[in-house]
Amino acid sequence: MNLGGGQVVNKQSMMPGSSGGSWKSSGTSGGGGDGGVPDQFPSGLRVLVVDDDSTCLMILEKMLRHCKYEVTKCNRAEVALSFLRENKNGFDVVISDVHMPDMDGFKLLEHIGLEMDLPVIMMSADDSKSVVMKGVTHGACDYLIKPVRIEALRNIWQHVVRKRKHEWKDFDPSASADEHKQSEEPDYSSSANEGHNWKNTKRRKDEDDEADERDESSSLKKLRVVWSVELHQQFVAAVNQLGIDKAVPKKILELMNVPGLTRENVASHLQKYRLYLRRLSGSQHPGGMNGGFMGGPDAGYGSISSLNGLDLQALAASGQLGQLPPQSLATLQAAALDRSNNAKSTISVPVIDQRNIFSFENPKSRYPEVQSQHLTNNNSSKQINLLHGIPTNMEPKQFVSLHQSGQHSLGSMNNLVLIQMGGQSQIHVHSQSQTQSQAQSNVNTHNGLRSNEMLPRGGVVDMAPTVYNPVVSVSQASPLVNFSMNHKTDSCGTSYPLGGSLGISSLPTASSALQGDGNLDTKIPRKGIVPSYDIFNDLNQNRDWGLPDVGLTFDQSQHTIQSGLDASNPLLLQHNRSSGRDLGGQNRNLTSDKVVLSPGFESRIHHNGSNVGQPRNVYVKTENDIDGSCHNTLYSEQYGQDDLLAAILKQQQQEGVGPEDEFVFDGYALDDLPV
Amino acid sequence: MAAVSQLQRQFIEYTTSLYNEGYLDDQFTQLQKLQDESNPEFVVEVVSLFFEDSEKLLNNLATALQQKIVDYKQVDSHVHQFKGSSSSIGAQRVTNVCVHFRNYCEEKNLDGCLRCLQQVKHEYILVRNKLEALFRLEQQILQAGGSIPMME
Repeated sequence: MNLGGGQVVNKQSMMPGSSGGSWKSSGTSGGGGDGGVPDQFPSGLRVLVVDDDSTCLMILEKMLRHCKYEVTKCNRAEVALSFLRENKNGFDVVISDVHMPDMDGFKLLEHIGLEMDLPVIMMSADDSKSVVMKGVTHGACDYLIKPVRIEALRNIWQHVVRKRKHEWKDFDPSASADEHKQSEEPDYSSSANEGHNWKNTKRRKDEDDEADERDESSSLKKLRVVWSVELHQQFVAAVNQLGIDKAVPKKILELMNVPGLTRENVASHLQKYRLYLRRLSGSQHPGGMNGGFMGGPDAGYGSISSLNGLDLQALAASGQLGQLPPQSLATLQAAALDRSNNAKSTISVPVIDQRNIFSFENPKSRYPEVQSQHLTNNNSSKQINLLHGIPTNMEPKQFVSLHQSGQHSLGSMNNLVLIQMGGQSQIHVHSQSQTQSQAQSNVNTHNGLRSNEMLPRGGVVDMAPTVYNPVVSVSQASPLVNFSMNHKTDSCGTSYPLGGSLGISSLPTASSALQGDGNLDTKIPRKGIVPSYDIFNDLNQNRDWGLPDVGLTFDQSQHTIQSGLDASNPLLLQHNRSSGRDLGGQNRNLTSDKVVLSPGFESRIHHNGSNVGQPRNVYVKTENDIDGSCHNTLYSEQYGQDDLLAAILKQQQQEGVGPEDEFVFDGYALDDLPV
Repeated sequence: MAAVSQLQRQFIEYTTSLYNEGYLDDQFTQLQKLQDESNPEFVVEVVSLFFEDSEKLLNNLATALQQKIVDYKQVDSHVHQFKGSSSSIGAQRVTNVCVHFRNYCEEKNLDGCLRCLQQVKHEYILVRNKLEALFRLEQQILQAGGSIPMME
C-alpha cells in the first residue's frame, strides 16, 4: 500500500514538472511518463485515503490513480495512522472522511497535523457550514464534498506544494521562492544539507535510509521532520524558556540544539503548536480558564478552585515562582493536599499540583496546613479546567477551570493538560500530581509537594496513576509539563512557575526516588525543584506572573472534563467521557471531556502502578468529540495515574525535559490504565 | 452487426432515460470515464460493492428503527453513509431520499424515518434493477462483438 517507501523517485521535488525528477515517478507511480511537463499536475504524489465506506474508497482510489497519483487506501483511521507512522515521509497528502466509526476524522486530522505535518484534506457528504468550519479550525487544507469529482482531486497537489513552500519559507525566506519553484535540491544547498541532516535527525528513530538516498539524489523534498514526543518536549521546553511571545524559530532552534533540525521545521511546528494552543484556549472557554484559578489565599481552601486561585494568586503575587509567598504556597498546597487527601477521587490533586509547582520551596509543612477540603471537591472541577484551560493564555485560568470542572480525575487531567499547554502545564502538573496523590488516598503532603515539583512538562500527559505516588510522578511529569508551561507563560502572563517546570526536569532524580514509594519524601522532589526554580526565575524574570491576570476562574460550569474524570483517575484526562458530542463547541463541557492534550503529546504513562521505571508509552486517547473546541483531549482517563506519572517522570528523568514521548497525538491508548 | 448496433442503440436510450428520470446522475458518468483497459470491469465492481454495502446499511437501518428506544444518531450515521455512497455512485434518487431521511432523524421523527426507510429501500431496489439491466445490456453488446458506447 504505501508506496512511499519505495519511491525514491516520487519524493522528489514537489513542483510539478519543475524538473524531470519531480513527482513523476519513474514508473513506480502511475504516471511517470510526463517527463516534467510543467503544466501537468505532479504525478506520483503519494496519497493516503481514509474512508470507512468501501464504495467511496474504491472510487477515490480509481480517480486518484487516474490523476497519476500513488494511492494507498485504508478504511480505518487507526490503520491510517499506523501507516503514516511506519512510513514517515511515505506520503505527501492525506484525504480523510469526516465521519468514521473508529475515530473522528477531525481527530485524525489533528494527529496527523501534529505528528507528521502532512496536508490533510477532509471530505464528507455533509456540506453543512459548521462541519466545514470545523475542518478549517482543525487545520484541514481543504474540504471536499462528496461525491468527489476527479477534477477536485487533480489539484490536491497544490496543498502539498503550498505547505512545503511555507516551511521552506520559514527556513529561508529568500530561498523559499526558489525552492518553491523548482526542485529543491539545486537551489538550496543549505537547505538540502539541512534537509539531509534533518533527515538524519528524523531518521534517528527510523532506520530507513531512503530519505538519505533521496536526499542525496533529489532530495528536494523537504524531509518532514517527525516530531517525536521527545523532540516535541524539547521544543516546548525551548518555547517555554523563551516565552511564547518571544519564541521565534531561530531561537527555539538554537535552544533545542537538535542536529539536522531546520529552522523551517521549527517554524512550521511552532505554527501548529500555536494553533493548537489557541484552539485549546478557545475551546476551553472562559469557564475553565478564568483566572479564578487563583482564588488567592483566601479563596478558601474549601474549594478547589480556591486552591487554584490561591496558587495563581500566589504566583501572581510573587510574580515569580520563587516569590510565591510561602503562605500562598502553603495554602495552595494545603488545598491541594487536602483535596487529594479528601477527595481521593476528585481531582483535587491536581490542584495541589499546581500549587506545588509554585511553591517549590514550600516544605511539606505547607501541606498539612492546607489540607483542607478544598481540594476534594473543587479539584475535580478545577482540574478539568486546567486541562482545558491550557490554552496558551489561560494558564491560570485553566487551573481554575480545571478546578471547577474537573471534580474528579480531571485534576489529574489538568495536570496533563497543563503540561501541554506549556506554561499552563505547570499548573496542570500540579493537578496531576494531585490527582495522583488523590488516587492514592494517602496523598500526603508529600505528594502534594511532589506534585508540584513534578509538574509534568507540557505535553506530558503523564498523569501518574493515582496509585502511584503522585509526587513521584509529578516530578517526572513536571519536566514534561514544564515545557508546555513555559510556553504558556509568556503568552498568558500567568507565568506559572516556570521555574517549577524547569525545576521539574531536574526533579527526575528526585522523582525517581519517589516513584513507587507511597510516601514520597517531599524533600527529594523539592530538591529537584529548587534548582530548577532558580532557573526558572532566571528565565522568567521578565515574565509576568500575573496569574491573576489570567483570571483563572474556576468555572465549574466549564469543565468539560468533569464527566470524564473519574475519581479514580484523577489524572486521566478524560477527554471524551461523555458521549457528549453534544457539547459541541466548548470542550469544556465535561460531558465530552476532552482532555486537551497538546496534540501529539503522548504522555507516557506507566501503567505499572508502582513501577514507574518502566517507561511505557501510554497513549492517551484524545478524542475530539466535541465539535469544535475540545478536540484535543489530552488525556484519556486511562491514565493510570500513578503509572503515568511515574512514566512521565521517569522519562523526564531520563531525558530531562527531553522529548521522550512521542509527540503522538492520536490515540493515547492507556490500555492499562484504570479508567 | 446489426444486432450490435441495435443493442448499442438500446443501450444509449436506456442510459439516457436513466439520467432523465433521475436514477443516475453525472457522477455515474464520471465512473464510466474512469473505466479503462487496465480495469475494464471497474464500474461493475464499484456498483456491486455499492449494492453490498447498501444492503447492509438498509438492514442496519431497519434494525435501528425497530429498537424500543431509537438511537437517532446511529440512524443518522447510517443514512449519512448511505448518502455518501449513493452520491458517489450517482444514484441520485437514493441520495435525495437520504437527505429527507436525515432531516427526520434530526427531528427524531420516527414516523418520518420509517417512511423514509421504505422510500429509500424502494429507490434503492429500483436503481439496482436498472443498473443490473444496464450491465446486462453491456454484456450483450460485448458478447456480440461490439463496444459500449460512451455516454457524453
